[in-house]
Amino acid sequence: MDVTHALAAGMGGMRTAGDLVARMQMARGMRLPDAKAYVADKLGCTVRDLSDSYAMEQIRGEKGLGRILDHSNLHPGEPNAMTAKFRIAELLGVPISSVERFRELAGL
Amino acid sequence: MEAKVPTRMGDGFMVELTRSELRADIETATQEAARKAKVPPLAPDELDHLLDIYASRAAFTAVDIGDQVVLSCDGGGSKMTGTDLLDLLESEQRLGQDILELWHIEYSYKAIKTILPFQQQVMQNVQLMCTAPVQYGAQPNLAFYSKPDGPADNWFELLPRGDIAGARAAIDEAMDHATKDFIYVGEGMLDAGADGMDFDTTGGAGDADFFSTLRAVRHLRGKYPDAGIEVGMAGEFVIGVHGELEWEGRRLAGLWPRDQLEVCQDAGATIFGPAVNIRTGKSCAWNAAYSITVTKPCMDVARIPVHPNVGEGVGGVPVNGYPPEDAASRAAKAHVDILRCDGL
Repeated sequence: MDVTHALAAGMGGMRTAGDLVARMQMARGMRLPDAKAYVADKLGCTVRDLSDSYAMEQIRGEKGLGRILDHSNLHPGEPNAMTAKFRIAELLGVPISSVERFRELAGL
Repeated sequence: MEAKVPTRMGDGFMVELTRSELRADIETATQEAARKAKVPPLAPDELDHLLDIYASRAAFTAVDIGDQVVLSCDGGGSKMTGTDLLDLLESEQRLGQDILELWHIEYSYKAIKTILPFQQQVMQNVQLMCTAPVQYGAQPNLAFYSKPDGPADNWFELLPRGDIAGARAAIDEAMDHATKDFIYVGEGMLDAGADGMDFDTTGGAGDADFFSTLRAVRHLRGKYPDAGIEVGMAGEFVIGVHGELEWEGRRLAGLWPRDQLEVCQDAGATIFGPAVNIRTGKSCAWNAAYSITVTKPCMDVARIPVHPNVGEGVGGVPVNGYPPEDAASRAAKAHVDILRCDGL
């Protein structure tokens, strides 16, 4: 069922900018049009690009926001997971709790 | 003779109905929803669109390009148990979930309290490996605080005896224990790095279940101003088990989704999830029309994102362990297209 909803109506998570729009809904309680406009502005792209996996694969790569990894699409040396979240927090201008915690635990 | 199209009943069983029969189902449902919830019925163009979605023979349907919404979920995406990190990585990397959720098979705050350090460690590990936001989810389940499972007298035994005062005192005692647990687990998981908390199936034990959750939401909002807090409901109508509980002057018993949303956003939630339970004896077209009619007034008053529940047995999705994709995708498209909701 999760696959069904992801394909029928989901933004696509980190295949696109779904995770970034979701962060603005969670952290700031933004309604969808506001959250999409905010993220598109930060990324310098159109709102439609946000759920376009072709466009977002390029944009995420350029900005180091983490990309889906598979056997034919590997990006060693590029930020992903926690390291990408450092950049996401800075890009969106919202604190990410796990980033703050990592910074504290690592003594950065 | 009018052609028939394959469609589903609320339990998932496939039947064949004509376009006229589907239209009759949709029109009947929106009128019944309007009467019960005291809200406007769907407009003619909305009914036409709903009919087009459900009278299609397509095996799958989807929203238009650019209309995609944020998906939150109760439970991890693939719901594999005992493999939390791998499950969430699969949900992120393969399913493309927008918001991930860490959960435990003992899906009640009361139970999670006893294994909090274990769940905190999993959250810390998950956060190192995942890029998408990860919230922590569980259910309030207030009834677990009554005997024989909990410390308070069992109000469901006291009420049939006519001991209203005793039942309300027992509920009050249970609510105090419950709110403390919700806050204890919420603080623990947010301190461990969770991006948010999900209070799933809120109100399942009635107005007191809802009230004890709202108190925890308000506390967590005050202490964690940047945390996501999702309140997903148990049903379209808050049952008045206590009957006298009010949130800032508004009686909780009997609230429909628009009023549920208003108290949730006032308490500090950042995502609201209305839930409208399926009628298994009605078609999915009937159920979607009913759900959308009841939920639609939320969209006019929402200051926070609204994610209607379209999981198993709610929002027009059949109550079936494997909800058929034709029915689940129609429910998703119908809610997004007509409600213009912020997520699912």
